[in-house]
Amino acid sequence: MENAVVIDRLTKKFGDFTAVDEIGLTVQKGEIFGFLGANGAGKTTAIRMLCGLLLPTSGSGSVGGFDIYKETERIKKSIGYMSQKFSLYQDLTGDENLWFYGSVYQIPRRDLRKRMEELTETLGLSEFTNRPAGSLPVGWRQRLALATALLHRPKILFLDEPTAGIDPVFRRRFWEILYRLADEGTTLFVTTHYMDEAEFCRRISIMHQGKIIEVGKPQDLIARYDQPNLQETFITLISQEGGNG
Amino acid sequence: MDKVGYIARKEVRHILRDPRSLMIAILIPILMTLLYGYAINLDTKNIKLAVLDFDRTVDSRELVAKFYNSGYFLEPETTPILSDPERILKSGQAHAVLIMPSGFAKAVTNFSQYELGMLIDGADANVAAATASYSRIVMGRFIEDRLPSGFELPGVRISQQVLYNSDLESSHFFVPGLIAVILMMISALLTSVTIAREKETGTMEQLLTSPVSPRQIIIGKVIPYIALALLDAVLILVFAVLHFGVPFAGSVTLLLFFGLIYIVAALSLGILISTLVATQQVAMMMAQLVTVLPSVMLSGYIFEIKNMPAVLRYVSHIVPARYFIRIIRGIMLKGSDMSVLWGEAAFLVVLTVVLLAIASKRFQLKIG
Amino acid sequence: MSIVEVSNLYKTYGPFEAVDNFSFSANKGEILSLVGPDGAGKTSIFRAVCGLIKYDSGQIKIASFDVSRDFEKIKPLLGYMPQTFSLYPDLSVEENLYFYAGLFGLKRQQFDEKKKLLYQFSGLGPFHNRHAGALSGGMKQKLALSCALVHDPEVFVLDEPTTGVDPLSRRQFWDILKNLRAEGSAIIVSTPYIDELELSDRVIFIYRGSKMAEGTPGELVQKFVGQVYQLDLLPTSERMQQLNKIEGITSRRFGASVHIYTRGSHTIEEYHDDLRRIGIDPDLITPVQPELEDTFIQFMGN
Repeated sequence: MENAVVIDRLTKKFGDFTAVDEIGLTVQKGEIFGFLGANGAGKTTAIRMLCGLLLPTSGSGSVGGFDIYKETERIKKSIGYMSQKFSLYQDLTGDENLWFYGSVYQIPRRDLRKRMEELTETLGLSEFTNRPAGSLPVGWRQRLALATALLHRPKILFLDEPTAGIDPVFRRRFWEILYRLADEGTTLFVTTHYMDEAEFCRRISIMHQGKIIEVGKPQDLIARYDQPNLQETFITLISQEGGNG
Repeated sequence: MDKVGYIARKEVRHILRDPRSLMIAILIPILMTLLYGYAINLDTKNIKLAVLDFDRTVDSRELVAKFYNSGYFLEPETTPILSDPERILKSGQAHAVLIMPSGFAKAVTNFSQYELGMLIDGADANVAAATASYSRIVMGRFIEDRLPSGFELPGVRISQQVLYNSDLESSHFFVPGLIAVILMMISALLTSVTIAREKETGTMEQLLTSPVSPRQIIIGKVIPYIALALLDAVLILVFAVLHFGVPFAGSVTLLLFFGLIYIVAALSLGILISTLVATQQVAMMMAQLVTVLPSVMLSGYIFEIKNMPAVLRYVSHIVPARYFIRIIRGIMLKGSDMSVLWGEAAFLVVLTVVLLAIASKRFQLKIG
Repeated sequence: MSIVEVSNLYKTYGPFEAVDNFSFSANKGEILSLVGPDGAGKTSIFRAVCGLIKYDSGQIKIASFDVSRDFEKIKPLLGYMPQTFSLYPDLSVEENLYFYAGLFGLKRQQFDEKKKLLYQFSGLGPFHNRHAGALSGGMKQKLALSCALVHDPEVFVLDEPTTGVDPLSRRQFWDILKNLRAEGSAIIVSTPYIDELELSDRVIFIYRGSKMAEGTPGELVQKFVGQVYQLDLLPTSERMQQLNKIEGITSRRFGASVHIYTRGSHTIEEYHDDLRRIGIDPDLITPVQPELEDTFIQFMGN
């Protein structure tokens, strides 16, 4: 099977602070990969490097076969990124947001119209696209943000805490959408603090103070540390490493 | 009052933590002083001209009529006291006084030596400069009409004397107004922005559940900005006096007293704005629109109020800067005291009281 | 003993009814959790309790003071942690604490003592000079809690304090809440995490401004209607699709397994044939107790 993401000894330093410290990972195509870690562990910095938004200090990596140093523009075209920060224009309607992002990716007009219809249909957004994004409930806004990230049909999708603050019912529906994407062959690289979501991932990694301290299938990790569930496994692992400063 | 102190100290920290805005708050006034200090003259009309005609002949009346029909000059509303041209200027009844000693008609017919006198209020450099050149033009036309073309009348000339700002420096005229604008900018704009920031970031929620009253929050927040505004005023003054040689004829105490009243008016406006907006961006735009812009455009700072369309003239009555600029120009350039400034002072105080009353009534801190 | 009494609260924003005849009480030494979808009215209720918004009708009493009349008397009793991070990012950890301590009238010496205690439980001591804006998510929330705690309030209102916070920091945060409960405070909290509901003494399900259900976590689980079964097979998309085609049962992913729900008094045996038809061995299915999340989803679905 081909690999969607390969990184080796990837490092990012800000001054004398090492945000990401020699991490290595391989994510297979079509996989749902859970990129877990404590607050401030360096997850967002790592994702920003993978998405071509930030140049690494050292180490190597490729995303979708493109080098994260030299081919950042090609990476940006082939991936979708849903950032932690709300990326929609609050005063534009859902349609206007989609149209804007579609134009940025230079999708031909006729195609764009069709894709927007398809996406709003499959994401259940159709009734909400005429309203300003800022007036939508958080759950719908997140779906709209997902739609903008999917417009150019990326092969790899990076999602940074896509479900923070969303209620359990809505989170489940959001994940149903993610499964469908994975079934269609999209690779999903997700960060989350909800351990029930993490259990839905095929494999997960746990990051702490810039380092990846564990990688594996959720069930295997739970068994390895002899814990009742992933939440306890996570807490045990991070505590062992000495708190989360 | 402890709590006001805590809030004021926190506000000072915010100001000091952001060196860029602090630099802007201090550098912008200096830059603006430089810019406006070298500003160009602007076209002026409707100059109030009082005439003291001691000749009282057909010829002298004809010259006076030429002045008033030129389109540049207007008759003053009140008939000036004949004896003292300087008092006419100081009281603000006219911008210039034309003095025609007896013998004008004779001089015109006999081609004999004659000197017309003109006293010009130089506090407003634009008006003064315009008065000087327009009056020469009117005189020239009068004499031209009297003679066959090509002849000169060497005997009659006009002697002009400019009072209060004798070198007609526009900086002398602009700097006092600039202080009014800067005080408005710092007080109203920064106050509305700092309150809007707490609303925008959500800290206002936390603050309001703490045992402080909205009044204490506001007072605590504005104290550092009053200090900053006064600092700016002093900076501009020092810079203006040292660099441009602007005279300071009147009382510093009186100036500071009115400065404080004016700052309270500006703060009230800032607080009023903050009750209407939810974000810093909107607060900034609104403050520009309703405080800074009118202080520049509708106060008589750059454009003469009497040259404005009627609507704007009426609006200018509720612009605090209109009164404060006259007060500060009077104090700095003419050394005026309360006996002259009481009218402007009364308007400023009334306006301030009204604004403060509206602001404190409107200001009830609820978030939704 | 009840210290917060909310009765028949109504709050509308234009045509939108944010809070619709909502009543509840909170007792000393108790953690009360509110859970419901975004826009269900939790934040409006919390803001009304904290005197931040005017409400249309109803009554809110804290320690027998009326919020709309005697709010100044209530402030010293109340600690509030809003949903959005509400501290000054350009001030340091200690400056933020000192500022709020000052507003609540603590003297320098009292503050120094209080500070030690707060640093002890929050672990913020080593970061006291760091600007609040530069803290990690979990640390920010602990600082916000510390600021709300600085005056030893008797009632805490916390609006989604652990959203975006990692599991370990959440655990530590809830340990602090449990300590406060032990000291006799009343704690009212909203959360999107079901596991936090299990740690609460009482839970209220809220939907569109109305109370859907209320009780201890145990009582609420009992309100689940139907049976729950666990199927020990990986929830692949294909399998989930096939399962969801079977009329009469509902299937959901549950970690690496599947939960199957039957309706009313129906049992899984009635569907064995349907399951075999899609290649599922009924022996892999075991009955399990419903969980709080199951009840929540059922209430929200209705």
